[in-house]
Amino acid sequence: MEHRFEIPASYKKWTMGLIIAGVIALVYGIFKFDPFAAVSHGAHGTAHSADGTRFWAVLLQNSTYWLLLVNASMFFICVTTMAHGGWQVAFRRIPEAISSAVPVLGIITFVILLALVFGHRTDIYHWLDKDAVAQDKLLKGKSGFLNPAFFLICSGVSIFLWWALGKKMRTLSLNTDESPMDYDQSKKWIWKNTVWASLFTVVFGLTVASTIPWLWLMSIDPHWYSTMYSWYTFASTFVSGMALIAIIVIYLKNQHKLPYVTDEHIHDIGKFMFAFSVFWTYLWFAQYMLIWYSNQPEETKYFIDRIGTATEPGAYKGIFFFNLIVNFLCPLLILMKKSTKRNYTVVIFMAVLIIFGHWIDFYQMVMPGTVREHAEMMPFEFGIAALFIGVIMWCVGRYLGRHSLLAKNHPYLKESMIHHT
Amino acid sequence: MAGGIKKFVVGSFDDEAILFPAVKNVRKAGYKIYDVYTPFPVHGLDHALGIRETSLHTAGFIYAITGTTTALGFMSWIFTKDWPLNIGGKPHFALPAWIPITFELTVLFSAVGMVLTFCYLCNLAPFVKKHHFHPRATDDLFVMAIECSDKTDDAAVQSFLQNAGAKEINVQVAETGWWIGRYDKEQKLYRDEKGY
Repeated sequence: MEHRFEIPASYKKWTMGLIIAGVIALVYGIFKFDPFAAVSHGAHGTAHSADGTRFWAVLLQNSTYWLLLVNASMFFICVTTMAHGGWQVAFRRIPEAISSAVPVLGIITFVILLALVFGHRTDIYHWLDKDAVAQDKLLKGKSGFLNPAFFLICSGVSIFLWWALGKKMRTLSLNTDESPMDYDQSKKWIWKNTVWASLFTVVFGLTVASTIPWLWLMSIDPHWYSTMYSWYTFASTFVSGMALIAIIVIYLKNQHKLPYVTDEHIHDIGKFMFAFSVFWTYLWFAQYMLIWYSNQPEETKYFIDRIGTATEPGAYKGIFFFNLIVNFLCPLLILMKKSTKRNYTVVIFMAVLIIFGHWIDFYQMVMPGTVREHAEMMPFEFGIAALFIGVIMWCVGRYLGRHSLLAKNHPYLKESMIHHT
Repeated sequence: MAGGIKKFVVGSFDDEAILFPAVKNVRKAGYKIYDVYTPFPVHGLDHALGIRETSLHTAGFIYAITGTTTALGFMSWIFTKDWPLNIGGKPHFALPAWIPITFELTVLFSAVGMVLTFCYLCNLAPFVKKHHFHPRATDDLFVMAIECSDKTDDAAVQSFLQNAGAKEINVQVAETGWWIGRYDKEQKLYRDEKGY
């Protein structure tokens, strides 16, 4: 019975509570912010109400963040599989469960992107404005990929591939539960699993680690570009993905499940959270320093929108540096010691902090280019985040409730059980 | 050359699975294990031996902090006080430009410092020699050295090791510290061992 997860009443209560809170926030937003108001087209561009912009900006921030976050856990499975790692097998079902939220969040995100494109939200994506593009040399040059058709097809195909390949990986894993495998069957299974994992990794590299952040997030500031941006986004979502895995593994440990997951596994997940926080900072800094050093007006605009200039501080200065403290200094100093990475309370605390920190990171990616200085951090913003968290909890609970918590016939299970760092 | 001459009962094991319970039983019987020499790192052996966690990482942290402050202090002194230069119109206190160097010096100080500390703790240096209890400890034997005091009955220790599953047992009187120079001429080389 210890490998079965009966969803506790408190879990269901929290899931429903978060979803209801989120739906209330959404309905409130729809009535209060008038997000579907007709867009007037004038000679001087288009006019939008700041409230409508806020509504769509918050939806875009949350949908992309939570979708990329849950997708990162399938990437974790695939890279550890390709590295022939065995240590993660004892808790492998947890990242699988998290990645089962990809189809749901993928559809939500795609619907939001459709609404942005067909609602002609030029306040979010300036490149949707055909007249502006026609007069703009830079935007004209980018119109090869910054156009509605390419944007939607690329997004749709990417989401579909994450879904389909992730589903294949999950099915392969669940198939092993049926009957024990002998040596030859195990060998064959490992080979098949590795091939599909590498396919997912290639698709992941071509989408999350390069094109998708350009389309979804970087194109909010369409004149600006940074070659670091996609890696930066990837690092952000991967470290928060690891944090979510840590939270759910420790939650299940506290429910007296996952008997084969020891402090050694928690320690290694903690190392991932530590290492990728530093990796994120490296990319954050590399992007910042190159732009600071070369001091080109078209590049520095991105940072002037956020931190402002020496004489005039920007509206996002506080958030910008808060981001660095939460996502770099805290993980660096707190997770550095071995004992903290083995302490459930500290790891849970840091995981929540990291997920919140990178939510803030996405916030300062999306808001300055959309709502400008009118950004808010009110119950509406948190309510929409609660909606997505609730949906993720619902997907995770559904998957864990239906399947065994242990991939009991996985050929590397023994290796995971005796794992020692 | 600290340490002095001491007497040891040395038992050699050819299997990890026998070594672990032997270590446990020897400690339980109250004998003092001087050290266990293994051909490769054995997971969990330090724990079984009851050795305290190394402080090497704390030393590494201190070296790293030293590197950080050295880099930042030195650069801010040079660029703001000693020889301020206008570089591309940037402020004299140009923190972003210094971060890579600060990072490099942090890594350099901690890496070099930790290697040297490690060598010091393990008595590793050119020409520094230590007594080897068994030449095959670097090849295929797990060698356990039990330290004897005046009151230890080494015959009892030998039979204890025999029961614990040691393949080879002998008594050695050896220098515990290090010395500079050569091994004794009569030290047997591995190629002269039986079974080479």
